[in-house]
Amino acid sequence: MAIYTRSYKPYLGPLTPRSTRPLILVRYSYTRLFQSKFLVLALALSACYPLACAAFIYISHNQVLLTLFRQQPGTFPKVDGGFFYVFSIVQGAAAYLLTALIGPGLVAPDFTNGAMPLYFSRPFSRAEYVLGKLFTLMCLLSLVTWIPGVLLYGIQASIAPSEWLGDNLWLGRSIFLSLFVWTILLSLLALAVSAWVKWRIAAAAVILGIFFAGAGFGSAINAVMRTSYGSLLNLSGMMHVVWAGMFRYDSDTDIPIWLAWLVLLATAAASLWLLSRRVRPFEVTK
Amino acid sequence: MQPVLDLASLCVRFGKREILRELSITLKGRVIGLLGPNGAGKSTLIQSLLGFVPPSAGTARVLGHDIRHEMRAIRTLVGYMPENDAFIANLSGVSFVRMMGEISGLPPEAALERAHEVLFYVGLGEARYRPVGTYSLGMKQLAKLAQAIVHGPRLLILDEPTNGLDPPARHRMLTLIRDMRDSADMHIILCSHLLRDVEETCDEVLILKQGRIAHHSNLEEERKTNTRFVDIDTPGQDAGLADALRAIGCECTPAGAGRFRIVLPPQLELRDIYRLAAERDLPLRRVNYRRDTLEEIFLKAMET
Repeated sequence: MAIYTRSYKPYLGPLTPRSTRPLILVRYSYTRLFQSKFLVLALALSACYPLACAAFIYISHNQVLLTLFRQQPGTFPKVDGGFFYVFSIVQGAAAYLLTALIGPGLVAPDFTNGAMPLYFSRPFSRAEYVLGKLFTLMCLLSLVTWIPGVLLYGIQASIAPSEWLGDNLWLGRSIFLSLFVWTILLSLLALAVSAWVKWRIAAAAVILGIFFAGAGFGSAINAVMRTSYGSLLNLSGMMHVVWAGMFRYDSDTDIPIWLAWLVLLATAAASLWLLSRRVRPFEVTK
Repeated sequence: MQPVLDLASLCVRFGKREILRELSITLKGRVIGLLGPNGAGKSTLIQSLLGFVPPSAGTARVLGHDIRHEMRAIRTLVGYMPENDAFIANLSGVSFVRMMGEISGLPPEAALERAHEVLFYVGLGEARYRPVGTYSLGMKQLAKLAQAIVHGPRLLILDEPTNGLDPPARHRMLTLIRDMRDSADMHIILCSHLLRDVEETCDEVLILKQGRIAHHSNLEEERKTNTRFVDIDTPGQDAGLADALRAIGCECTPAGAGRFRIVLPPQLELRDIYRLAAERDLPLRRVNYRRDTLEEIFLKAMET
């Protein structure tokens, strides 16, 4: 239609509640993200281990199948803290790789394309923006971490003898909490990196580098200084220490759990600080 | 009538640099032009009105809302078209405008409907399913305008809307601004360094210089006043026209080479000048309303 054949009309309808606005970012981000077949493939691959675990739990309680495989009841490894500790490590790694894949594209394009003034000239705050982006990543990571973990726990609880649930009530809480903390940490780190590194490939490299380089430096410090405190630079190592504590699993590290928690909290706080410094309508040159 | 902008000793600092200094003025115009040389503080003033930059002292009210305490209410009422490239990557024109509408508070269905409407309105109807990143510069400017009006703001802030546009695109943009001015209950703040754009669209002008108000002018009133000032140009001999004009009450000053500057009293019209010239069989080569052009106003303001 020609340009001048329509006249401007104001909008006079109702408005949506404020609390739902961050979810708009989530919806639009998913529309864009799920156009990538690579992401869909990565998500499907991330579901392989939980499916294998579900099959394992089912088989370990199924007399017919155990007989078929010529196994005695009780010969399969137990579904306990150790089982879910390993689950957390495997799915935690999957979440980490997904973060490196998705994270860099969350905030950086808004900076590159100057979109920040568009968001913040509307009734939409910086906190709501960060919350929306955080939800986007956390929901996806939850799909491969604590959600399958809790489902596995539910499957085990439903088919194991009733005393198992009574003995392992703490495990459900640990599964949720341990993996939820990991998703928050990864999401905050990814957002902070994405906000400061505009080039997506470089941002992905930084996200990977924070963990690999941290672990490498930590090991080097441990070897040279003959200490174990270099491991404080190893974020995934610190998460493993926390997980081991939560799943009552013996780990071979000398780092106390409270110190590992402190490192994770400091990392999250640093990421939030970096985000607060960067996520602004425009850059001020003083 | 509620003021559009009410600045009360507004000061803004970036670090130690004082960008806006004690701005105090009330603006009520339908389309307010914000003029000034580079670094005068135009964009900073806009940014402080939008809450991007907190005032270091003083305050301002936008449509009656204080920028220190009621920023969310202000942002609900305002549409902003930034100067620089601004879009969401990988979104089509309609998705981009719809998303901006939703963030402004429109329900998804209403936002989609409005997105189509405003994209047709600004002239991007045919290109609305293309990714915004593939648009030309002129189309991106129109897309920015569309996202600024999708939620039906009461105040539209346009920061250099004709920047980088070719003449037809510039004409289209100015036509849209005038149409919005005339067809809706909307105020517009137009920030530009192109005096012609401001002159063609604005009825009130605020000129800034080094963070201070250099001049404030109500163009509408000046235009009305200036219709009493007339320049005429004769072939050389005035054949007694000057004396005749004085006799009917005009102030008439010769400007040399057959030119005269005349101030018409209220009871006289241009046709009286033509009549007197015809009676003397004197051809008039040129008759113009004389008025201060915005350029003259601007240059005067810069000299002060």
